[in-house]
Amino acid sequence: MFFLRKHRVSLIRGARDGVPIGLGYFAVAFSLGIAARNAGLSAVQGFFLSFFGMASAGEYAAITVIAADAAYVEMALVTLIANARYLLMSFALSQRFDPAAPLRHRLLVGYSITDELFGIAVAQPKPLDPWYCYGSYLVAIPSWATGTAVGVIAGNLLPTRVVSALSVALFGMFIAVVVTPAKRDKVVGLFALLSFAASFTASRLLPALSGGTRTILLTLLLSGLAAALFPVPDDDTKEAQS
Amino acid sequence: MKHQIWLYLAVMAVVCYAIRVLPLTLLRKRIQNRFLRSFLYYVPYVTLSVMTFPAIVEATRSPVAGGVALVLGIALAWVGAGLFPVAVSCCAVVFVLEWFLVAA
Repeated sequence: MFFLRKHRVSLIRGARDGVPIGLGYFAVAFSLGIAARNAGLSAVQGFFLSFFGMASAGEYAAITVIAADAAYVEMALVTLIANARYLLMSFALSQRFDPAAPLRHRLLVGYSITDELFGIAVAQPKPLDPWYCYGSYLVAIPSWATGTAVGVIAGNLLPTRVVSALSVALFGMFIAVVVTPAKRDKVVGLFALLSFAASFTASRLLPALSGGTRTILLTLLLSGLAAALFPVPDDDTKEAQS
Repeated sequence: MKHQIWLYLAVMAVVCYAIRVLPLTLLRKRIQNRFLRSFLYYVPYVTLSVMTFPAIVEATRSPVAGGVALVLGIALAWVGAGLFPVAVSCCAVVFVLEWFLVAA
C-alpha cells in the first residue's frame, strides 16, 4: 500500500502551506532571472537553473561563475559552499524521518530542501510524512522555476529603471536571512559585518579574483574563524533554527 | 564564451543534489565533530554577507541607491520584517531614489 488516505491529507496540507512560499518564490525568482539573463542564459536555461538549483544564494553564485566564464571546478566549489547549509538541513531532516522510510522517499524529499520548505517540514509532527513535502514541492518548485524563466524574458522588456530596482530583491532576501538570526546570536551579526568588510576589501585589493573565488575563500576563512572562536553549543537548537 | 552553459548547469545540479541527499540517505546520525558543526552553522551567514556587499551597490545604476537599500533592508529585518517585505522595500527605495539620482 503506497498511498493511504492520510497521505492524501498530508499532500493537500503541504500544497496549501506551499502557496505563500510559492508566491514569494515567484517574485524572487523573477529578479534571479534578470541576473541570469545578464550572464547570457536563455529562458529555458533559466528554468533549469532554478529547477535543479532550488536556492536563491546558490543559483546567484552559480550565475556569477557563468558570467565570469570560470572553470567548471569553480562551479562545483562555489555550489558546494553556497549550498553547504542544506547539508545541515538534510542531517536535521534525516532525524525526523521514520527510520524505516524507504530510500525513494529520501531521494525525493532531499531534492528540494530549501530554507522555506525545510522550515515548514520540520514544523510537522514526527515522523515526517514525505507526502506533506511533496504537496509543498508541487506548488513551490514550478513557481520558482517559471519565475526565473519569466525574469529572463521580461527583463528584456522592462525599462532599465525597473530592472535596476528589481535587481536588489535578491540581496534584500539575503539581508533578511542574515539579520533575523543576528538579533539573537551576536556572533552571527559580528561575522556578517566582518564579511561585508572583508568582501569589500578583497574586491578592491584583489580585483582579479572572481566573485565566486572570493566567496569561497572568505567563507572558508571567516566561518572557520567563527567556528574556532565561538563554537556552537552541543544541543541542536541552533541547527534547528538555522 | 569558452564554457558551455548547459555543462555549468549540469555540474551545479549534481553538486546541489548530492549535498541535499547524501546526509538524508547515507549518514543518518548527527555530526559529532563540534568544529565541523559550528563551521556549517556559520557558513550560510558568511556566504550571504560576502555575496551581498559590495555587490548590492554595484547592481544598481546609482551606488547610493544600492547603499540606502542595504541600510534600509538591515533596519527592516531588525525590527522583524520577513524575507518578502524586506526584498520589496529594497526594490522600492532604489526605484524612488534613482528617479532623482539617475537621468532616464
